[in-house]
Order: sequence, then structure tokens, then C-alpha cells
Amino acid sequence: MEEMNHDGLPDYRAVGRHAVFPVADHDQTERFNFLARLNRHLASVVLPGVADAYRERVEPAFEAANGRKPARRPEARRALAADPLYQTWSALRRNTMEMRQQAGLALVLGQRDRLIGETRRLVDAGRLKLDPAVSIPAYLTAVDHHCMPGSYYTERTADDVTAAANYDAGMFVTTGGMLGRYTDGGGRGMVEYMRRQNPNWQPRRVLDLGCGLGHNVLPIAAAYPEAQIVAVDVAAPMLRYGAARAASLGVDNVVFVQADAADLSQFDDASFDWIQSTMFLHETSSRALRAIMAENRRLIVPGGFVIHIEQPQYDADMPVFEQVMRDWDAFNNNEPFWTKLHEVDLDQYMVDAGFERSQLLHGGVTAVVDRGLFPDAAEDGAEDYGRRAAWHITGAHV
Amino acid sequence: MSEPSDAVTLAGTKAKGKRPYFFADADVERVLSIAMAVAGELAVTRMRLDTLEELLTKKGILAKEDIDNFDPDAAQRRARGRWQAEYLARILRIVQQEREALAVPDEPTSEAAGERFDP
Repeated sequence: MEEMNHDGLPDYRAVGRHAVFPVADHDQTERFNFLARLNRHLASVVLPGVADAYRERVEPAFEAANGRKPARRPEARRALAADPLYQTWSALRRNTMEMRQQAGLALVLGQRDRLIGETRRLVDAGRLKLDPAVSIPAYLTAVDHHCMPGSYYTERTADDVTAAANYDAGMFVTTGGMLGRYTDGGGRGMVEYMRRQNPNWQPRRVLDLGCGLGHNVLPIAAAYPEAQIVAVDVAAPMLRYGAARAASLGVDNVVFVQADAADLSQFDDASFDWIQSTMFLHETSSRALRAIMAENRRLIVPGGFVIHIEQPQYDADMPVFEQVMRDWDAFNNNEPFWTKLHEVDLDQYMVDAGFERSQLLHGGVTAVVDRGLFPDAAEDGAEDYGRRAAWHITGAHV
Repeated sequence: MSEPSDAVTLAGTKAKGKRPYFFADADVERVLSIAMAVAGELAVTRMRLDTLEELLTKKGILAKEDIDNFDPDAAQRRARGRWQAEYLARILRIVQQEREALAVPDEPTSEAAGERFDP
């Protein structure tokens, strides 16, 4: 029997530290280690069984009853939902998310005052511009995204950063280490893509949308130290923490701004030469997406790049089983816009916003991590569907 | 429900959004959830033991093989055997009690007993 890689994961202690990274004691560390390995086990050992079950019994049973194989996602999902292996995998996966949230929240709530104090010490007005008038969009308040109690934006106390600290501390668990030491594999992948495609190009002003705690924008800021980076998000806890994290990591050319990506009227027309987002669009809405693309069109300078990375679209070439698996988070991990975002014609959204079809660009980005220590998504055999650290680009070069 | 004020309860709050259940029987899912939490805590404890062993070894208090070569004396063996038996009995209490119940097929529930004595 082929020897399987059950591990391939570093210890949680290898995760990169900075001044506002939550300090975990022995048992808190091992709780994260357990959950990361459980996630990895679910992806590499249990999940292939779900694929077998679909092929060996779900699809044949459907075919026997209907005279054809499942062709559409809803019918395939309903058929799969009755399968015991799928149920077990799903229940374990949901549970792992909940355990991870509980472990992360317990960790950060116990050191909230220190985290807030450090944030205040590190952040000055040049790094952070909060705007209490920014309201949290309804697409964020309906459910708590990825089962994160309180979501990104809840402020449990003045100057709260716990939502962000929890997110940062637990990313290693959720992604099975696939995003690297500083969970910045997406941003590093983006830098690699841009340097490969445009080796001599230097951005002057970069806009990162839905920046969260800035983990994907810092590699861009570090790669282009002469550029001014504006990172926007609606959630104050993420921005405060992101600004402190950047300061602690010695990245000084990012300003974190509280703003809704669908209304960036505070910025002038044609004022950015690179507008980008990393796994952000799927947490918005159809209406917001139209407004975001329109703002992209207004804000980009001639010659500039718009680049959004997301998981691949559900197109006709994608097997229906893969579509169902990729859609799991939409139903079971509080990602209400996930399905829609992966169904729509994103190119059309961009054209509707005023981009020329000839300006559109596509491509692929894979997480760049510290190889040898963290699993490399480009070489890793484990297919975790919607969580795989490999993305598609939708963008434009105007 | 307002947000709880103590950190233990707060850490365990549910995320906004109705929870999906995957098994036909929600009871199964509840038990699985509890079992996985216990499995997690067991892993944490096992790692803590390993840490202790490593530290004691490093400090020269313990040699690694001391544990594997540990040979309990007669009294220790009895005590450990008793501990294991009690441990299993605690974990499998419901199995024992369901078996005992087989012997009393017509046993009344508390409610039925109440009805009988105080109609």
C-alpha cells in the first residue's frame, strides 16, 4: 500500500510571531495542533472516501432511479447528503470549525487588554484611519462568516481587536498551514504573479479591498516599498490589528482605512495603479459586486491593473461532484454569497462596469510559502476543494 | 439572549446563522461533537505528558527508558488495575445500566410511579 502523508504539517510553534500575535500556552498550542492535524486528516484521509462513496454508490443509485447521472449541483448535493460517509465528513468538518473558533476566542479573550494595549502603542494616525460613519453591509451581518462568532466587525470593548487576533491565531488551523508562516501565501503568490507578468513595472499607489488584518497586502507592500498602499475594510477590529501587525513586522507603507469597497468616494478618479483583492469578493453580494467593479473602473489609472483572486468558477467543465464539494462552505460554513459568486460571469460584471473586454485578464495564483516547512499548495496532493490554496484571477489591464 | 460576560461562555458562543445537521438523527451529531471535543482534550493532555517527560529527561530526573521499563510492584499493579476497571465502568455506565434494566422489563418510570402513588 502506498505510504500516505498523514502529517506534512509543521508544529503550531512555527507560525510567525509579531507584537500583537496572541501568546498561546502549552495546551492552547496543542489544541491548535490537534485541530490543524484533524483538518489535514479530514482533507487527506476522510475526504477521498467521500469521493469514493460518490462514485461507488451515490452516483449509481441516482442513475438507477433516474436513468441518468446527476447533472446539476442541487440534485447531486441532495443525493450526496444522504450518504453516511459524507455525513460523517461534514459533521466532523463543521465541528472542527466550531472547535477552532472556541479555542481561538478563548485564547484571545484571555489576553484582550494586552492586545489592545500593544495595538494602541504601535499604531499612529499615519497607519490607521477609522470612520465610525461606515456602516457594516447587510451581507456581513446576516450570518457570521465562516462560523466566526461576532464576525469581523463586533467590538466587544473599546478599541477591540479580538476578532482579528482570533482570525490571525487560527488561520493555521483552518487552512492546514497551506498559507504559510504569516498566512500570507496568497499575497506572496500575487507578488510572484505580478513580477513574472510585469517584471519592470512599479506600482505607485495600490488599493487592497477587504484587507481584513492585512495578511495578504503586507507581502505586496514589502515587495514594492516605494509604493503607497491603501488597505480598506469595513471592520474596525481588523484594521486596528492589521495596522499594529504591520508596524510590528516593519512594514511602513500601508495605511489601513475604514471604508466600504462599494463606496470609495473619498478617493479621486484614476488614483490607483493597482487595485486588488484576495478572497474578498465571495464575502460580498451581487449588488455590492456591481458597485465594487464600478469603483474599480473609476479609480484605476490608464495602464493600471485590477486583480481579484478567488476560487475557480463552477463552469461546465467542472465535474458536478467537485462543484458540490466546493460549494460545501456556502451551505455549511456561513458563506452565503459563495455559490452565487462562483456561478456568475465575472467578466460580464467587469464589462458592465465599463472595462473593455479586450482589457480583461485571467490567470492562476498559488500560495507561496516557506517551502520545506509548510506544505506547498502547488505540490500538495490533498484536494480540499474550496479551501485549496490555489486561486483564479479575474481582472483587467486598462 | 444578550452576549455572555464571562470568557468561558463567550468563547463558546454560537455563530450567527442556523446550524446545519448532517446526520438524520441530531442526537448522533451531538454525541459526535462531544466525543471530538474530548478527543481534542485527550490529544492536548497526551502532548502535555510528552512535554513533561521530555523536560524531566532533559533535567536528568528521568531517563526516557525509565517509563518504558517501569515495572510496577504487586501493590502498584493492583492499584492500576483497579483504576482501569473504575475508569471503564465510569465511561460505560450506560451499558451496565441498560443491561440491568433488561432484568426488570415492567419497571415503572418515575412519572408512572408518581401516578400510581399519587393519582
